[in-house]
Formats: sequence, C-alpha cells, structure tokens
Amino acid sequence: MELTVLGQDSGAAASSCASGSCGSSNDQMGHLPEEIRNKVKNHPCYSEEAHHYFARMHVAVAPACNIQCHYCNRKYDCANESRPGVVSEVLTPDQAVKKTKAVAAAIPQMSVLGIAGPGDPLANPQRTFETFRMLSEQAPDIKLCVSTNGLALPDCVDELAKHNIDHVTITINCVDPDVGARIYPWIYWNNKRVFGRKAAKILIEQQQKGLEMLVARGILVKVNSVMIPGVNDEHLKEVSRIVKEKGAFLHNVMPLISEAEHGTFYGIMGQRGPEPEELQDLQDACAGDMNMMRHCRQCRADAVGLLGEDRGEEFTLDKIDAMDVDYEAAMQVRAAVHEGILEELAEKEAKRARLAAVTVPQSEDQLAPTLRPAMIAVATSGGGLINQHFGHATEFLIYEASPRGVRFIGHRKVDQYCIGGDTCGEKDSALAGSIRSLKGCEAVLCSKIGYEPWSLLESAGIVPNGEHAMEPIEEAVMAVYREMASAGKLVDAAPLAASLSA
Amino acid sequence: MALTIVDSCVNCWACYDVCPSEAIYQSSPHFKINARKCTECDGDFADPQCASICPIEEAILDSSGMPINPIGSLTGIPPEKMAEAMREIQAR
Repeated sequence: MELTVLGQDSGAAASSCASGSCGSSNDQMGHLPEEIRNKVKNHPCYSEEAHHYFARMHVAVAPACNIQCHYCNRKYDCANESRPGVVSEVLTPDQAVKKTKAVAAAIPQMSVLGIAGPGDPLANPQRTFETFRMLSEQAPDIKLCVSTNGLALPDCVDELAKHNIDHVTITINCVDPDVGARIYPWIYWNNKRVFGRKAAKILIEQQQKGLEMLVARGILVKVNSVMIPGVNDEHLKEVSRIVKEKGAFLHNVMPLISEAEHGTFYGIMGQRGPEPEELQDLQDACAGDMNMMRHCRQCRADAVGLLGEDRGEEFTLDKIDAMDVDYEAAMQVRAAVHEGILEELAEKEAKRARLAAVTVPQSEDQLAPTLRPAMIAVATSGGGLINQHFGHATEFLIYEASPRGVRFIGHRKVDQYCIGGDTCGEKDSALAGSIRSLKGCEAVLCSKIGYEPWSLLESAGIVPNGEHAMEPIEEAVMAVYREMASAGKLVDAAPLAASLSA
Repeated sequence: MALTIVDSCVNCWACYDVCPSEAIYQSSPHFKINARKCTECDGDFADPQCASICPIEEAILDSSGMPINPIGSLTGIPPEKMAEAMREIQAR
C-alpha cells in the first residue's frame, strides 16, 4: 500500500547546508535549519553532540497501553534489564514531579524530561498531562517530551501543544498493514479489541495523521522504528522516505531486542534481532539527506542520567523522600551549568568551522583518498572525551574513520544481560561480552586497560589504545586512523579477524 | 453478574481508565472489580471494556470463572511454543 504523501514541500528541512557545519562535522544536526538546531542543541535524545553533555530522565507515569507489539511483554519489570517498556516502579504524577525536581537538582546537566511508558503515554492522558502541567509550572527550564505509538495521537495534538511540548517521538514500524499485521497482534480502538491487518491499518492511519498534525503545528517529530529482520527491514526504507517527506526531522532505526527470556512473541518464537552491520547498512540506506539518529540507547521507561547510563537506583521514592532539596538554588545551578555546556559546544563548532575553512593541508598530512575506512571503538563516560577505563565500559561508541573524516555510526552495548537473578540463564564473563561487542572494530580507545583484556583484544584482531586518554573523541579517532595509515594497514581489505565474527 | 481480576494482573491501569461503571479500583496486590458495580458493560458496550484492553491472558474471568482472554489469544504465542521456551530457559 502506498500512502498519499501530503505536504511534500513542507519537508524542506534538509535542503540547505550551513557552511562549515557540513562534511567536516559528524554532528547529525549539521543539515538542519538554524531554528531546529537551536531547539535540539541541549536535547540528548535528538542531538548526537548534546548526548555527551546533557542528561535526560523518563518518569514512568503511563502504565496503560492501547496496543500490543510483538516485541513487548507487559509482564516484564526486571530491575536488571534495560530496554523500553521496563520499569521498577510506576509513579503517580505527584511522585513523578517530585522525582524530576530531585534528579534535576542532583544532576544539573539534566535538560529533558520525557514520558515514554512503560505503556503508551497518550493512552494515559490524564496521568501524562497532569505531570506535564505541574512540571511546566514548577520546573519551567526543563524541556518536556513524549514518545507514543501514535494510536491516540490525533486526539492529543491540541493538548500537547497546550503544554508547550515541542518534541514528540512516534514509533512507526510500517506504512503497510500487511507488514503491520506481523508486528501488532491487536489494538484497542473505539471500545473494541481489533486484531490483525485491520488493527494495523487503523494504527498506521492514526500515526500518519498524527505526524502530519504535529508538523503542521511546528512541533518537532522524531520517528522511531524497530528493525525486525525479515519483517520490516527492507520496508523501513519506504517508511523513512515517507516520514521525511511529511516533515519528521529525525529518523531513529533501532535494533529489535528479542530474547526468549523477555517472554515476548518475537523472543519466544525465535525472531532474531539484526547484527550491528545489518543495522548500520539499513541506517545508511535510509539516510539520503535525512538525519538518521545513531546514538539511541533504547533506554528504560524510568531511565535517569546521561544516555547510556542509568542512575535510576539513586532516585527511588524512599531515597527522594530523604533528600533535602532547595529547588530555586538548583534551578540557578542548572542554568549556569547549561550555559557552560552550550558555550563549550559553541567553541567546538567554531573550531570545526575554522578547520573546515583551511583548504590547503600540508601534503604529509594528506591521506590518500583510496584508503579504506576503519571502525574504531571508544570508551567514554561523557563530555566528548576518551575518559573511561576499558573494564568499566558498559557500552562503546563506534566511529568510522576514513580519508573524508570521522563519523559516529552507533554504539554497542556490552552484553551484560541481566546480571543477577538466577532465572536469567547462563552468563559469559563481562570481558568476553566486551570483546564480542567490538566485532568489526580494528582499535578501541580508552583511558586505561588491564593486561588480560589487552592480550585478548589483540588476539581478536582489535588494537587496544590507551594513549589518547582525556583527548576529544573525534580528534583521537582521526589520530589513530592516521597512525594506521602510516603503518600501511589501510591499503588492503580489513583483516579477517576484525571483519568476521570475533 | 460480574467479572473478576485474578493475580496475573500486572497493575497497568488500562482497565481502570476504560470501565464505564467505575467498578474497578486499585488494590493490593492487584486491581479488583467491585462486583456490585460491574455490569459486564451490558447496555454500554458490545464487549466488556476491561477484557477488551487487558494485555494479560487469563487475568480477567467471566462470571462463570472462565478466562475471557485464554492463553495464546492476545500474544499469538501458541501455548506449546511458550511451554517449550520455558523448559529451555529453565534447563540452562
């Protein structure tokens, strides 16, 4: 089924390219108009650069859902699992406001409060909007955003606009009901449970209508899609094209998470998730001149902190009750911290512009354009620096370096699946998990690394490197790429050990 | 004539919001239905609303004690496939 594309010319967002921010920068915001860049420059979920500096939190006030997705199991609340739809405790709007203010006082980098479940926020309109209403009064400096499956979206657009929500994420996995019928078993619609293709058709129509309505209001829309190999992987290219034409400003293709332990339809039925290479290929294919998001961490519906970290356990209800918070003072500290970060980002941007303006590099610095690209992993705990010990990394950021520069292509979680709990199955050592997660990478940069992982990495064909500790990530990655070039490593194809499964 | 919520309920609030009779209340360890208020949606809707949105199979019983959404009816997972997966996980 081909959907009619409305507002073809309203999606001109990506047509022009501000000089100095294109090509030399790996900031995915480079192609966006100034107005949108300003809106997202402190939003960790929308700006790759911002996610190194700004923190976010989700409050779990929305437990009810109006659809079933085959990748979701509504029974799951394991404290050790980290993925969407999972929480430790559901909050009332009052509790959520209290928690938000306490977190924003303890973590002054916090810029964004999102409601993302564990059900669908717009299937819980009272709890969701009550939370937004109180927060916009009591913490007006915090940006509010919401993530939805889209079924109830058209009915909620007015209310969203009223609460000054300028970012909405819609999960759109398909625009074809036949594909949808393999993803969504049922929806609750007009007081009935509707199954199969008919359900998917209604959901798709509501999602597209909601997207158009939000764009018409000038509310920024990001589209999330779950890549399900054999179900919607090829189809997502069409989804990407359509949502972009309708004015979504960012598309985030995420890998299916599916383990039998999760008890989801896909987990039980053995539907596999994509390999990192498959995900990356699809993201590249969807890219065109669309902004693709590659730094999503698929966080829990009660996540707290920088993307990739979760400090939720520091802020349970009983711990918050014991805190003594001066909200006014906290807001002032936040303002100063945010200003400092934005100044730092502006300096980096200015530096990039200066570098891009340098047109005659010294000949010995010039990399032969025929050199092949290489994937390099980085361990960081934020701030855009290489500042994490290899053994402490719960994830690695993956960069692709080539003669054209450095680009961020994604992150790999270290497979620490469900530590603790004896029902969760056999576990590999964390070290084996780290090395497995670096498949395809030729080097890993970290602040320090122990002897044992060093030799294991080397034998897996991945060069450990602690020489760039505390350096900015992109510069260090480029420096290592240049070293590889000088050593003649980039003339032939990537070594087998790195390109095949390690 | 009333429906019942049993202990497989996950407390997701979905039924609470859609009940036309305000018969559902929060309780511990799970939501419950006030049998005096429940009409099974007779006269309001063709299907009982709580059982039309509940995501958990077998969590809501009809007045004869039978699950309105039997195993496999909502997730689409065949019961034997679920049993097989559970055996496999537990054997690890």
